[in-house]
Amino acid sequence: MNALSIKQLKKTYNNGFEALKGVDLEVKNGDFFALLGPNGAGKSTLIGIISSLVTKSSGKVTICGHDLDKNTAQAKNCIGLVPQEVNFNQFETVKNVVFYQAGFYGIPKQQALQRTEHCLRQMDLWEKRNSISRRLSGGMKRRLMIARAMVHAPRLLILDEPTAGVDIEIRRTMWQMMQEVNRQGTTIILTTHYLEEAESLCRNIAIIDDGRIIRASAMDTLLSSIHTEHFLLDLARPLTSVPLVDGYQIEQVSSRTLHVAVPKNQGLNQLFAGLSAQGVTVSSLKNKSNRLEQLFIDLVQ
Amino acid sequence: MNYSIAFKTILKKEILRFTRIWPQTLLPPAVTTALYFLIFGKLIGDRVGEVHGESYMDFIVPGIILMSVISHSYSNVVASFYSTKFQRHIEELLVAPVPDSVILAGYVCGGIARGVLVGCVVAAISTLFTHIPVKHWEIALAIFILTATLFSLAGFINAVFADSFDDISIIPNFVLTPLSYLGGVFYSVNMLPGIWRQIAQINPILYMINAFRFGLIGVSDVEIGLAFAMTLGFIVLLAIISLILLHRGTGVKN
Repeated sequence: MNALSIKQLKKTYNNGFEALKGVDLEVKNGDFFALLGPNGAGKSTLIGIISSLVTKSSGKVTICGHDLDKNTAQAKNCIGLVPQEVNFNQFETVKNVVFYQAGFYGIPKQQALQRTEHCLRQMDLWEKRNSISRRLSGGMKRRLMIARAMVHAPRLLILDEPTAGVDIEIRRTMWQMMQEVNRQGTTIILTTHYLEEAESLCRNIAIIDDGRIIRASAMDTLLSSIHTEHFLLDLARPLTSVPLVDGYQIEQVSSRTLHVAVPKNQGLNQLFAGLSAQGVTVSSLKNKSNRLEQLFIDLVQ
Repeated sequence: MNYSIAFKTILKKEILRFTRIWPQTLLPPAVTTALYFLIFGKLIGDRVGEVHGESYMDFIVPGIILMSVISHSYSNVVASFYSTKFQRHIEELLVAPVPDSVILAGYVCGGIARGVLVGCVVAAISTLFTHIPVKHWEIALAIFILTATLFSLAGFINAVFADSFDDISIIPNFVLTPLSYLGGVFYSVNMLPGIWRQIAQINPILYMINAFRFGLIGVSDVEIGLAFAMTLGFIVLLAIISLILLHRGTGVKN
């Protein structure tokens, strides 16, 4: 059974803007799924409809086998949402933000207290339980929203840009937390603008643009469709002229840096051999851009 | 799905909200009404004489209590629900499997709780100035609760349509307060001349205040049955409108 199944989902806002133009999407149980798209592509509208914050114009949404229109309560019970922007009561304590959410899901008091403690500990926020939520740092606020979304143990967790604006150390801690949640059996749908994040965490991916899914496949399959990879080479000594190696497109970026476009079937060995023969010593290399980022740009342009 | 837990959670949040900020919610009506009783009831009232055979102080006490219930039940729901929209934590309720009726009941009961509590505070203050006989307690209690319910619902609808903090103060300032003052709090409509008496009859607050006055001191300018029918009718109407608005997601969903 799929954690999420969407058929021909359309949304036209009152001002006539067509945000979704017939989206079909399936997310398997237990998946860690990336939903990517440029700003204004329809990601937030799609997530809004799945989580009942936006009214759809037409189409069908099924969550863990429950039709969102016919079995609304059961379908909603399966979902946990971590929105893009902070949306908890900023005057409430950290503990109450999570505890009250458990109440909205009809969880009895004792169980709600246990779940609250479990989720706050999992997100490393238990020590802050009596703090007023508006006094938390940006990263803690995001973790609080994850704890709140997890309190009713949803089978499908939707994370809408959960790491936006947090520093790299906190981001990596949050990645570990998300992976742990996924390992425990929760399906995760992640939207992010950090494509490195999607590449390293997600197994499957869909790219949405202009209200339509333009690509949906396994992450590996998508990445294997890249025909050319771009590398920056740092050189041991400054260059006097740009070296030429058959089969590779080489440009000089600075006196000690080269940009090389490497066709996928060529590999790097011939490149290094050619450079070495011309007396060019490479001290290090790195991908010019994240592989998924390159593909994403190609797809949405 | 146990919806009673969701209802109790919303109600608990609402009650904690207004009790936590009691200097803003419970203290002002106590001070204001003490001044009403002192100035209008005692200092001026002693010179006014009797109305419907009752002292002026006794005559104005029911109206002042009910006026506080009206304004506080309304302002509790309008402020709380608008703030929930404004801070976007209404989304916590919308994503959860909470039926529209439970959301409405939670906020309205929160408004009733504040209206009743403020009404009791004002009633307690009034005992410092006069003795309230409570002639028909069941009528007084019923209209007291129904009035709080009606204005909580009205506050909810206002909050649904409000787009700014200005929008939540317009109705209380420019509609509720004038209607309350013109609803016979400080005078009997029989004292009004000709056409003004007719105009006063279309003010629904007049009926509630008179029904409550009848419950406390046994005098009224209006038919009590009509007052109850009107109040109940408005409650049903506003509850239906509120549920339709919630179902459509007006003001809370895109």
